[in-house]
Amino acid sequence: MSMVDQPVRRGEIPEPRFGFWRRSFAMVIKEFIQLRRDRVSFAMIVMIPVMQLLLFGYAINTTPRNLPTAVLLQEDSDVARSILKALENTAYFRFTREVHDVAEFDNLLLSGKVLFGVEIPRGFERAVRRGERPALLVAADATDPVAAGSAMSTLGVVAQTALEHDLFTGDPAAPPFEIRAHARYNPAASSRLNIVPGLVGTILTMTMLIFTALSVTREIERGTMESLLSMPIRPIEVMFGKIVPYVLVGFVQATLIVGIGVLLFGVPVRGSLIMLALLSTLFITTNLAIGYTFSTIVQNQLQAMQLSMMFFLPSILLSGFMFPFAGMPVWAQYIGEGLPLTHYLRIVRAIMLKGAALQNLEYDTIALFALMLLAMTIAVTRFRRTLD
Amino acid sequence: MIAAPVSAPEIAIDVHGLSKSFDGREVVHDLSMQVKRGTIYGFLGPNGSGKTTTIRMLCGLLTPDSGEGRCLGYDIRRDADKIKRQVGYMTQRFSLYQDLSVRENLEFVARLYGMRDPQGAARDMISRLGLSGREQQLAGELSGGWKQRLALGACTLPNPQLLLLDEPTAGVDPKARRDFWNEIHALAAEGLTVLVSTHYMDEAERCHEIAYIAYGYLLAHGTVEEVIAKSALSTYTVTGDQLHTLQDQLAGKPGVDMVAPFGTSLHVSGRDKAALDATIAPWRDDKGLHWQHSEPSLEDVFIELMTRSKDNFQ
Repeated sequence: MSMVDQPVRRGEIPEPRFGFWRRSFAMVIKEFIQLRRDRVSFAMIVMIPVMQLLLFGYAINTTPRNLPTAVLLQEDSDVARSILKALENTAYFRFTREVHDVAEFDNLLLSGKVLFGVEIPRGFERAVRRGERPALLVAADATDPVAAGSAMSTLGVVAQTALEHDLFTGDPAAPPFEIRAHARYNPAASSRLNIVPGLVGTILTMTMLIFTALSVTREIERGTMESLLSMPIRPIEVMFGKIVPYVLVGFVQATLIVGIGVLLFGVPVRGSLIMLALLSTLFITTNLAIGYTFSTIVQNQLQAMQLSMMFFLPSILLSGFMFPFAGMPVWAQYIGEGLPLTHYLRIVRAIMLKGAALQNLEYDTIALFALMLLAMTIAVTRFRRTLD
Repeated sequence: MIAAPVSAPEIAIDVHGLSKSFDGREVVHDLSMQVKRGTIYGFLGPNGSGKTTTIRMLCGLLTPDSGEGRCLGYDIRRDADKIKRQVGYMTQRFSLYQDLSVRENLEFVARLYGMRDPQGAARDMISRLGLSGREQQLAGELSGGWKQRLALGACTLPNPQLLLLDEPTAGVDPKARRDFWNEIHALAAEGLTVLVSTHYMDEAERCHEIAYIAYGYLLAHGTVEEVIAKSALSTYTVTGDQLHTLQDQLAGKPGVDMVAPFGTSLHVSGRDKAALDATIAPWRDDKGLHWQHSEPSLEDVFIELMTRSKDNFQ
């Protein structure tokens, strides 16, 4: 063979000195270059700690103030105004609604639009002046005992001091009226009752997001996307194909969590189980659609995981799962309204603990639906049909 | 099979002036080609020459920056969806689902194309491919040759009119390669048009027509004989002793465009016959060497085209 006529002398390639360090250094350089190219991962390195700090630092308030309160005023009198003023001065109550009948009062509490309701009965002032020590009702939504607790604890002081400037005859040691506090839905103030339904939503958010967030990037990374795109399939079909199986998975998960909550923790399901199942399915689908949207935006699986975490974190912190929603500053509440978990928490707590029906939950149901459609629209338009 | 539009009954692929750039680098430049129905059209060229990009533009996976054309009579820009229904595309890298079994992969494709009996179609294809007994095996666990057969099976399953095969036999053993080509010829005999890209010269010679593309430019096309004839390359085959020394001495001399060893012989080629003859004259009398003027091989032609295009375009 002509090639072998002049054999090339190829010596063995020797092990270099400090080989371990050289190779490690090469690896470090390579990883840095890759990290620098991966803009999203790079941004997350900064974003995640900053976001956590800001959220924990500012948004979270375990003794929430200015809680939305409805007033059912059966009479308009000086005494009633003094008492309302005193309640407001505690800084816990903020009167957002004035209602005129008991049904409206109950509905506001049931739907979670207010956390408290104050009812001043007819003939209250007269009874006070006569020294009859009449009772006024403060009803609290105690599904979240943390949110309701501090506010409820101030009621005794209010009763003592509200009317100290209005001069009345009678025993100065005894308060001139009585406040009857009524902790609705969770009279024992058990946080377990509040947390278990919340966990249904939190766990579903995490698992559902990750299932679909990886779906499109996985196809791209394994090279199967090229085949898939060369076949006659449309973006919306790809999306449904990837969402539907996990709706079933999510439904099984939800059933498990609710089942354990009822059997082990004694959490009641006071409302309709069918309604709970239907709205849970809506919530599951919304999360899957959001996860899928992420996977059409990111370039690899790592980014998909990071984006999911980035979404999951505010979902836990700003939805009212961990900390009372009403206690957060307004800007944080606006972010919270954009998270499906916020709406689902209201739904699942209302159905399980308060026995709410669909007409009490119209707003949150529509919000979930809108978030789902928004995510799906973005996903379908973002889906790259070519390899350009 | 769905009847093709009447506009181009004889021509399966008819594209003009296709260009495509990625990040400012032009990968395909002003490419025009025509492929007749029922032929096997070989697409040759070095790595990175734009073969894959061209194939992807033909089946709608990439949008050309400029140029236009028809694939099976459908506009490649507007009718990508219709083209996709008629075209089977076998990707360079195995792109079926590794975590699905042979049967599940085929049934997936059959369902995607809306075939009436996906299970039956998959079963038929498994026996046609000779994969019976392996249908439960995961695609990722198949050997290279079987993966390639499965991929071919998957893209022919919906009965396409055009097959686009991107280096289908890369890394496959000679026996499997031969079987594969027999299958391709059988499919072409059934009326299927096949566009196949390859590096292998022996495969190029199995094609009805070939095109050579380098650095994004289509440099030659026609039948193998036409491409060789058009090259105007003079080639000498030299046998004898010390060919390696001779190769070193001739390389880069005037008139010598290419010197390449072929087994026990050396091919010396040049475009300018007179200059070549003048340069080699001193060695022609060497008793230890036997010189013979011969037809250039397809490989000679391609390597020469590639070197020339490199000078022109790079």
